[in-house]
Amino acid sequence: MSPEERFQAIIDEESKIEPTDWMPEGYRKTLIRQIAQHAHSEIIGMQPEGNWITRAPSLYRKAILMAKVQDEAGHGLYLYSAAETLGVTRDHLQELLHQGKHKYSSIFNYPTLTWADMGAIGWLVDGAAITNQVMLTRCSYGPYARAMVRICKEESFHQRQGYELLIRLCNGAPEQKQMAQDALDRWWWPSLMMFGPSDADSVHSEQSMKWKIKRVSNDDLRQQFVDMTVPQADYLGLTIPDPDLEWNAERGHYDFGDIDWEEFWRVVKGNGPMSRDRIEHKNRAWEDGAWVRAAATAYAAKQAGRAA
Amino acid sequence: MSEQIVSSTPQGMPVVEMDSHLREVLSHADDNMVLAQRLGEWISYAPDLEIDIALGNIALDHLGVARALYTHAGEVEGEGRSEDDFAMRRTEREFLNLLLVEQPNGDFAQTIVRQFFFDVYQRLVWAELAESDDETLAGVAAKAGKEAAYHYEFSSSWMLRLGDGTEESHTRAQDAVDTLWRFTSELSEPYPEVWRSEVDAVFAETGLNIADDPYQRSGGREGFHTEHLGFLLAEMQWMDRSYPGMEW
Amino acid sequence: MTYDVPVAPGEKAELEERIEGVGEGWPMWEVFVRARRGISHVHIGSLHAPDARSALQNARDVYTRRGEGVSVWVVPSSEIHAFEPEAAAEYVEANEKVYRLATTYEIPDEVGQM
Repeated sequence: MSPEERFQAIIDEESKIEPTDWMPEGYRKTLIRQIAQHAHSEIIGMQPEGNWITRAPSLYRKAILMAKVQDEAGHGLYLYSAAETLGVTRDHLQELLHQGKHKYSSIFNYPTLTWADMGAIGWLVDGAAITNQVMLTRCSYGPYARAMVRICKEESFHQRQGYELLIRLCNGAPEQKQMAQDALDRWWWPSLMMFGPSDADSVHSEQSMKWKIKRVSNDDLRQQFVDMTVPQADYLGLTIPDPDLEWNAERGHYDFGDIDWEEFWRVVKGNGPMSRDRIEHKNRAWEDGAWVRAAATAYAAKQAGRAA
Repeated sequence: MSEQIVSSTPQGMPVVEMDSHLREVLSHADDNMVLAQRLGEWISYAPDLEIDIALGNIALDHLGVARALYTHAGEVEGEGRSEDDFAMRRTEREFLNLLLVEQPNGDFAQTIVRQFFFDVYQRLVWAELAESDDETLAGVAAKAGKEAAYHYEFSSSWMLRLGDGTEESHTRAQDAVDTLWRFTSELSEPYPEVWRSEVDAVFAETGLNIADDPYQRSGGREGFHTEHLGFLLAEMQWMDRSYPGMEW
Repeated sequence: MTYDVPVAPGEKAELEERIEGVGEGWPMWEVFVRARRGISHVHIGSLHAPDARSALQNARDVYTRRGEGVSVWVVPSSEIHAFEPEAAAEYVEANEKVYRLATTYEIPDEVGQM
């Protein structure tokens, strides 16, 4: 068996590829990019939610939000660790992010303008994450799959808290329900865009499927998300901002309207509402912290010298 | 060391009458609430991921203690006030926190120095309150004492890294000490000598100095705050005050 | 949800390339946790820290946030030596190390589309 055949055989039998196994360069590079961008998404995702920690309307909500954002930092860290098993350093991956050469999930390029946005993000974004993460626990690369198992275990409260937040708003005062509807109006379409372009337009899809880095197509994931979420919106008494949304009994799925692909590509190219802000914030934190990291390194070196 | 010049409350300022036990519980609750709020501002801004997670965890610990103590304060007071009644609906003159914890984060050095000074104090507080006749308070103190030990490990080890790291980190740490020193008499006064000797021990290892500056500002425990608290509360209480009486 | 954020028309797919001036950063450590008495330590992940004391603090924060763990070990990643009995020599890139550590792996010069 050639290395390529052995590699594909491991994948085909649903076993895992581990860090020191032979792998095609394309597999390694695709994984580095995907895992890193997943990690970057978790880290950048801390910003829109972190934005409301100091203004949370109750101590209970403040505690939940703090815990959720800390979890996301941890998830980013697990994912960077998984990427590092492939021969890159975390600093290197961060630099690619800072320079705009690596991207992150487009959803985080939208601003969190009201408290209800915390609910919308938890409900829709984490809802989208469910449809993706379970799939990724079956990814062929061991370290990535294992990081996903760990992440999925910790996600359970993330999914619920956002939706519960909206239940409170929708059962509360008229201003609160209005806040919730406004948030849904702004976050619905960007949530659908999170699943990426139609697979016909997606260059990498077929190869990623063969390598079991990707297990389900973008369109199928998007449909799964819509089917799951529409009844949830109905329960809240909120209206999804899509006049073409309709149950199709023949297909057994919801039909929905056309995504504004111009907006989608504009955001992907770095021209979303908060694209500049997210990266500037990340860069600033990194640059402002340089002296701190240097101090810790210097101290460690001094201690090592003293111990010698 | 020269004798201190303490600037406390102005002549004529009324001190609110309050049950002394309630005052004690609220003081420690407010310390933890305000510090949790400050540390929450660091989330997504920290020098690295591990530090972000650490600061967030410490913030959550402080918030947890604040919530437990506010709830207990409600029981001690017996008027049905909730944790949010205390946190979101009291004014800046009613808060009883130390002046130190309401100081801005500044740079990482200022945050660490503030945390270190507070952690030395807080461990002494919890050790004392773990022996309280108030069983609930003693329980909170026992649990919080374990967390405070961890916070102290974090802040004291960073004092070493910054004080004895690079020239820049040492300078920034020294600046932070000089800036915050005048708020420390509120911490050292309840524990004369002990608080100061613990701080001195760590400072000796770092080469950081305590300026021979006699000036001290106090008054936090009487509700006489620095101008920072008003802004902090404006941000923290804004939602509740904008949408009064609603459930979240 | 996709993390394989697509390449926009007209953009080049930068997969990964050597960047001048990016430092080594803090060294990597492997974390082992024993969740409770009676079982052995299990490898749980990795993190970056300047020294052992910091690594232990970070490990506690990152990997035992939900109270998992009575005992935590941290080991510099570079100190772990590995051997994989099943792997034939030609399949193992760096048969002494657990990962394709950046310091042991050559990044090819050509960067391009997959």
